[in-house]
Amino acid sequence: MSVKALRQAVDSLLPSLVPVRFAAENGTAVKSPGAYTAPSDELLREAYRRMILGRRFDTQATALTKQGRLAVYPSSRGQEACQIAGVLALREDDWLFPTYRDSVALVSRGIDPVEVLTLLQGGWHCGYDPAATRVAPQCTPLATQTIHAVGMAEALRRKGEDSIAMAFIGDGGTSEGDFHEALNSAAVLRAPVVFLVQNNQYAISVPLAKQTVAPALAYKGIGYGVRSEQVDGNDLVAMLSVLTAAVEHVRSGQGPFLVEAHTYRMDAHTNADDATRYRQAAEVEKWESADPVARLETYLRGRGVIGDEDVEAARTAAEAFAAQVRAGMNAETEADPFELFDHVFAEPTPQLREQRALLASELHAQED
Amino acid sequence: MTAVTMAQALNTALRDALREDERVLVFGEDVGPLGGVFRITDGLTKEFGEERCFDTPLAESGIVGLAVGMAMGGFRPVVEMQFDAFAYPAFEQIASHVAKLRNRTRGRLSLPLVIRIPYAGGIGGVEHHCDSSEAYYAHTPGLKVVTPATVEDAYWLLRDAIADPDPVVFMEPKRLYWSKEEAALDARGARPFGQAVARREGRDATLVAYGPSVPVALQAAEVAAQDGIALEVVDLRTLVPFDDATVTDSVRRTGRCVVIQEAQGFAGVAAEIAARVQERCFHSLAAPVLRVTGFDIPYPPPKLEHAHLPGVDRVLDAVDRLQFDDEPDVLHLAQEAS
Repeated sequence: MSVKALRQAVDSLLPSLVPVRFAAENGTAVKSPGAYTAPSDELLREAYRRMILGRRFDTQATALTKQGRLAVYPSSRGQEACQIAGVLALREDDWLFPTYRDSVALVSRGIDPVEVLTLLQGGWHCGYDPAATRVAPQCTPLATQTIHAVGMAEALRRKGEDSIAMAFIGDGGTSEGDFHEALNSAAVLRAPVVFLVQNNQYAISVPLAKQTVAPALAYKGIGYGVRSEQVDGNDLVAMLSVLTAAVEHVRSGQGPFLVEAHTYRMDAHTNADDATRYRQAAEVEKWESADPVARLETYLRGRGVIGDEDVEAARTAAEAFAAQVRAGMNAETEADPFELFDHVFAEPTPQLREQRALLASELHAQED
Repeated sequence: MTAVTMAQALNTALRDALREDERVLVFGEDVGPLGGVFRITDGLTKEFGEERCFDTPLAESGIVGLAVGMAMGGFRPVVEMQFDAFAYPAFEQIASHVAKLRNRTRGRLSLPLVIRIPYAGGIGGVEHHCDSSEAYYAHTPGLKVVTPATVEDAYWLLRDAIADPDPVVFMEPKRLYWSKEEAALDARGARPFGQAVARREGRDATLVAYGPSVPVALQAAEVAAQDGIALEVVDLRTLVPFDDATVTDSVRRTGRCVVIQEAQGFAGVAAEIAARVQERCFHSLAAPVLRVTGFDIPYPPPKLEHAHLPGVDRVLDAVDRLQFDDEPDVLHLAQEAS
């Protein structure tokens, strides 16, 4: 390979030097957003509705932890643009591999919010049907889902489907071995998979600077031969533009794509965490002014894409949705203890049948 | 009937599974053109192509994780971990996902995949090549754990594992790879998955064994027979599901039991079996259930493995301790007293 060709090969993998951005923090359009095509106005209106709904869902879920209706909730507040752009870039027949922090994405995908919250409410480990929704269970062990996405992408490719897989992961997760094994395997197999890193600056309490000294997490791609890009993760327009291009890249058989979204976790790790122990209020306030929902609204209003009526309609729909979430979560549901034995194997072993009978006698004795 | 090695039987099982079900895929490290370091996948890439049997990057967690995703996507992956101790990087994937995905999703997703692991010692392997790691998997709910001891079982248990709707950790006793038997691989016979089998019948005591320890138990039974002691040898075949019925029936008849495992003893599979036997057979037992195991040491270097591995002598010593001689001892003490 000539030096020139080598240079081109390397450059084709590298991300932009600065994150791609369409809308500045104050919501005005930036002058030259680069090589990416802006989404249609229609799609942006849909994205706006989903952003309002997603934000409302998130604050509702946090409120539910205070009422004891949820055991725990890892908030997505501040990361809505990443998650909603991810969902909007996918087709219904594409697969999504989310983490525990991606509940807003799941709601945006159309999954029943009560089923989304089943894990956090404590009824079961996963409340929705992954096969029907093509959304894998929200993954708790960090980065382990990224390699599942590669396997699924490879399966889809082999079956001749032109659907793809997208894996979500956080900044902390990029330090895990599975993330690197996933990038490498995806590249070697040329699997149709997009990796979306939501770099929200913290892994619980540990800031990004203690996670990596790479210029950006997007540079993790080139070592594996994976095309990479970095985006302003609080700019829905940029996120949707880049992710649409990334999805097109992998769908057309050009191999995997890594996107780093620079964003911020506005709330603590979960409601059980105290973020004041490890970060300054001034930092949080700085990011408040970069809020993705407000920024999109200003940007779209400024371009005449939405008006007062659209804003009002989106907020009304979001309030109705929040009421639906509250009603669903306030309904008392009975968990069946015998189900504990039902799904360990396709057919319970003799030992599981014995233990089921033991539990039955215990419960029977308690009733007497 | 022709003489077949266990390695050949496993190879034939993979070949037949690949031929009969296009969802079956074989992948791992060096399983392609090389045919695996033990040649278990010999010729499969040539016959079925790179799409069906292929080399992956050298990353065990990635291999198992890839299998999870592909099984979710409708395939039936059979992956090879090159050696027992090299499977440890994949343990998170196995314990957190392979074992739990069906349960996590209330049965909406299943993982019909097989993780083949050459395991245990006796081949002069250096460190990290001889671990008996079966207890880690058997202790993890949601995994089936299988280990063949005969050539025909190697074939049929692997076929059953591949056809199973649940994930199976298929542990291949590597020192039996070259054991040869007159075997008819095309005749299934009566060998239900999940059932143990008595390899030898006897009335005096039951030896419970699995995988590499089954031939040891059979040799011990042969020697004991010369002394007039008839030992029954039960080959478990599957650790999960565990066949309590066959073990219990045997021990209730013989009244004595020795459980043999090559692995280090503490918190091992043999401990579980010994507990189960005494819970179920207490009134039939004439002696405590004994365990014959490796020592509680990291696997020794090749020149010392003979000192660690439970062999025929260690088994026969245990049989001697099954209190066949209570009565004479009592008489002897009575005579001394008088």
